[in-house]
Amino acid sequence: MSNQPERSERYYNLYKENIRRISDKSSPYINSFRENAIAEFNKLGIPTKKNESYRYTNLDTFFNHEYKSYFMPTASDFKKAEEFRCDVTDLDAHGLVLLNGFYPTVNDKPRQLPGGIWIGSMTEAAGKFEDQIHKHYNKYINGNSDGLVHLNTAMASDGVFIYIPEGVVLNKPIQIINLVQSDEDIFCQHRSLIVAEKNSNATVIICDHTLSPNKFLTNGVTEIFVGENAHFEIIRVQNEHNNAGKITHTFMHQERNSFASSNNITLHGGLVRNSTHHFLGGEGAECNSYGLYLADKWQHVDNFVNVDHAFPNCTSNQLFKGVLDDMATGAFNGRIYVHRDAQGTVAYQKNNNILLTDDARMDTKPQLEIYADDVKCSHGATVGQLDDDALFYLQSRGINKREARLMLMFGFAHEVIQNIKVEALRDRMDNLVMQRLKGELSRCAFCMVKCG
Amino acid sequence: MPAWANLKIPAIDYQDIIFYAAPKQKASYDNIDDIDPELKKTFDKLGIPLEEQKHLSGVAVDAVMDSVSVKTTFRETLAESGIIFCSFSDAVKEYPDLVRRYMGTVVPYTDNFFASLNSAVFSDGSFCYIPKGVRCPMELSTYFRINSANTGQFERTLLVADEEAYVSYLEGCTAPMRDENQLHAAIVEIIAENNAEVKYSTVQNWYPGDKDGKGGIFNFVTKRGLCRGENSKISWTQIETGSAITWKYPSCILRGDNSTGEFYSVAVTNHYQQADTGTKMIHIGKNTKSTIVSKGISAGHGQNSYRGLVKVLKNATGARNFSQCDSLLLGNQCGAHTFPYIEVDNQTAIVEHEATTSKIGEDQIFYCNQRGISTQDAIGLIVNGYAREVINKLPMEFAVEAQKLLQISLEGSVG
Amino acid sequence: MLIIKNLKAEIDGKAILKGISLEVKAGEIHAIMGPNGSGKSTLAAVLAGREFVNVTEGSVTYFGKNLLEMPAEERSKEGIFLGFQYPIEIPGVSMVNFMKTAVNEHRKYKGLEPLSASDFLKLMREKKELVEIDSKLANRSVNEGFSGGEKKKNEIFQMAMLEPKLAILDETDSGLDIDALRIVANGVNKLKRPDTSAIVITHYQRLLDYIIPDVVHVLYDGRIVKTSGRELALEIEEKGYDWIKKEVDKKDLS
Repeated sequence: MSNQPERSERYYNLYKENIRRISDKSSPYINSFRENAIAEFNKLGIPTKKNESYRYTNLDTFFNHEYKSYFMPTASDFKKAEEFRCDVTDLDAHGLVLLNGFYPTVNDKPRQLPGGIWIGSMTEAAGKFEDQIHKHYNKYINGNSDGLVHLNTAMASDGVFIYIPEGVVLNKPIQIINLVQSDEDIFCQHRSLIVAEKNSNATVIICDHTLSPNKFLTNGVTEIFVGENAHFEIIRVQNEHNNAGKITHTFMHQERNSFASSNNITLHGGLVRNSTHHFLGGEGAECNSYGLYLADKWQHVDNFVNVDHAFPNCTSNQLFKGVLDDMATGAFNGRIYVHRDAQGTVAYQKNNNILLTDDARMDTKPQLEIYADDVKCSHGATVGQLDDDALFYLQSRGINKREARLMLMFGFAHEVIQNIKVEALRDRMDNLVMQRLKGELSRCAFCMVKCG
Repeated sequence: MPAWANLKIPAIDYQDIIFYAAPKQKASYDNIDDIDPELKKTFDKLGIPLEEQKHLSGVAVDAVMDSVSVKTTFRETLAESGIIFCSFSDAVKEYPDLVRRYMGTVVPYTDNFFASLNSAVFSDGSFCYIPKGVRCPMELSTYFRINSANTGQFERTLLVADEEAYVSYLEGCTAPMRDENQLHAAIVEIIAENNAEVKYSTVQNWYPGDKDGKGGIFNFVTKRGLCRGENSKISWTQIETGSAITWKYPSCILRGDNSTGEFYSVAVTNHYQQADTGTKMIHIGKNTKSTIVSKGISAGHGQNSYRGLVKVLKNATGARNFSQCDSLLLGNQCGAHTFPYIEVDNQTAIVEHEATTSKIGEDQIFYCNQRGISTQDAIGLIVNGYAREVINKLPMEFAVEAQKLLQISLEGSVG
Repeated sequence: MLIIKNLKAEIDGKAILKGISLEVKAGEIHAIMGPNGSGKSTLAAVLAGREFVNVTEGSVTYFGKNLLEMPAEERSKEGIFLGFQYPIEIPGVSMVNFMKTAVNEHRKYKGLEPLSASDFLKLMREKKELVEIDSKLANRSVNEGFSGGEKKKNEIFQMAMLEPKLAILDETDSGLDIDALRIVANGVNKLKRPDTSAIVITHYQRLLDYIIPDVVHVLYDGRIVKTSGRELALEIEEKGYDWIKKEVDKKDLS
């Protein structure tokens, strides 16, 4: 039950007002989930701090706001997005630009990459890849108790669909540049699905940017299927303005012997909440979940991670690190859940935080729930400051204090960045983090959109 | 009834519990020899024979049976140094000012469901006051026993260490086997003034139910200490081997500057036992320090959770916490869970939490086997080694007993 | 080069150094020996500028300047190098980046242009060879996962990179096997120039077989209780510290 029913009711009304418009655009299959989802949402409501997994995040300032419109893309919206298209790229990637999370379907054809890789809109995919949609859509959010996930299922009209066929190895990453832009304050929800079939290998980078100063709220859900023996990496770089609220839910389902990694790098944003769910659904699967958050001013960043060890001999590794400056607040909720028969589980979890000012605050909740005995699990969490001994060591080599502090913060952050396998991307990330730590980063410093 | 703990608690019919049951022979307890032989036997088993105490170990005992204090030893000796150690009912009569001043200041009756229940129905318990500058010359101890059938035990302990005072306090708990569940909902309040130090140790061996999970005590206890004064220190040590369900979080509110809180715990769950235990360390004063060492051991179908909160408030400059929460798993039907909450609102604080969960080392057992030690004994050895850091915090008399208890409660855990 | 006069210092209110006077001239190697807890490492910490040591009395003059007023990094740029007894691990900061920053800070201080990436790497290579450090170490994070010996070699490597005027080696020999000890000592000797000096702090005389001191001081209970030539080290090797302690304690009594 929600503790602020009137607030949740507003979103239910939004559903009632828009559902016809939404349904008209979507496939019957996707529509078939909407009614149950909104019922579930009505039961759960918008999460409040009473909800254990939102204990440290207050959604009020973003959910109590009156948004001018509920965003569903129209032809004219996409025309605008087209204007941002730009092929100049420093990063060697298959790039595409989305508007507020939606695939530009007007002038743009779906992209066919070598090997049969397909990138296009969910709406279009529902017809073209009916089997895939039926097989995977809404299959990996099972029993989720977050009302916002159900709100998304009830209302999302479009998003990206990426299909990587069996055995296809992508030699350069797919970069999705997700622009949020509108002249009005908007709330948008998009829904994406990525299917990486058996033995495939791919890396997807999602860059979130805001291009206009309006107040935005995004509630996006991404489901990812990683087939047997496949190798999949997703890197999300968040660089939005202080007036933007970003809520992402990522559900990653892995089959046996697959490898997957997720890396959420939050450089900037008003309110950021990333929930990442890893389901190790086959023997020998391995997953890494990383996160880095650098927050200042009044920013709030919350990472919620759940790693579900449902089968034997799986390995998981979580590493989340944060630097909090000014009045910024951070939260980490990590959970390792080992099912009864998941023997041979190896699972690690680490959350380290640095508070730079007296007004910054960090709440962390690393959790282990273990029902199997042949396991090796550990977790650790720290909240502290830069190490004085290390600082002195650097100073004793002639490095001034400011520089030394910067180096230590960079080193601290680099431990997350170093896990990015694509070298060019890793270097760029290091670069961005350095700029951010120096306070020089305004926005999209490396995406292919040269928007000044 | 709180629902957040990782426990499966059958519905409790509170109407069915007898809230007050005075031991029948109470009147005849003038002489220590008159104590129920059954009770004495339990005392002996626990390693704290009342009779020999006077001559040997020098432990003063207050025995609480079915929430009624039946016998306090050494009361006179202690009174010589100004220490008050008596049943709660006597304290209310004899020291009403002290009781009024301190009772409920750490655990208000509104604190939680079980605390409210206790505050409403508690009948007796122990009261202890150590005056300014006094180091209590002996270990103080309360021995609890639930005897009658269908009884709930709702005792209350209030422990006050005035400035510069020191006391080490022990608590032992047992109950005979009963088929039905019994409820224990106690409150312990500790107050430490400037430079005072309180060590509170528990060896809890309530009846855990049989190997199929029938019967056993529901142990829902609220324990909390307030480091009110500067440089004060409260240290909790607990060995939890009994009870069908344990729900307790001995906590420290570190209000005085430079005060210290400690929590050392070993919790064993075998058969169908469940434990959800841990601590809260609330850092309010400057340069406050806390240490948490929790060792969970799960066997059979036991479920063992550590749940803890380390909270550093805005003005707690220089606060420091270190937590180590380890779990050991014996058998593949049990579970071990760790739920730490860390909330830091001060940049000068350093808070560290570490936890590991692992299976008992087969190679270690084999090594022992090869040297001629049975698997059962090997497990005892290994578990005791694993829990040593905590057991070492107990006073000698209890440490030996605690080791035995660990071994006994894990009997039959590996077949 | 360095003149220490009646230096007194405390840590957390506890007096550790109780009046030390010492002069190191250009080109000299001084050994400071002493039993555990005598204040050797504290002296090194004071000279390098650790803030937790509180200097209560006395002065330290370095090339005519008041050393105690300089922040740690300035002392480094002025040519003081401390070889740490326990080198700090700094995860995430690569050796290359670390050394490049340090070298260029030193160059900036001297009014020189920063080294180009290729010149810097060339310099790294040369110095690595000089001190026989495994080149793989340079690609890792600072001291992270290094063995005890590797850490100490890394200290000498950094010394080679920064070319100090006064090197203070705090128990650089502790925890080293004989081969590592030889490599470390050779490094120090190769880096020695006629105008540079070193203070070698050690518990054992073993290191002094390789690095030949001009003067040996014995530090005990926060004071220099004996100063002599190299033969003093040998005498300590043979007889331990007890005889010196006894001498001092006797003097204190009378």
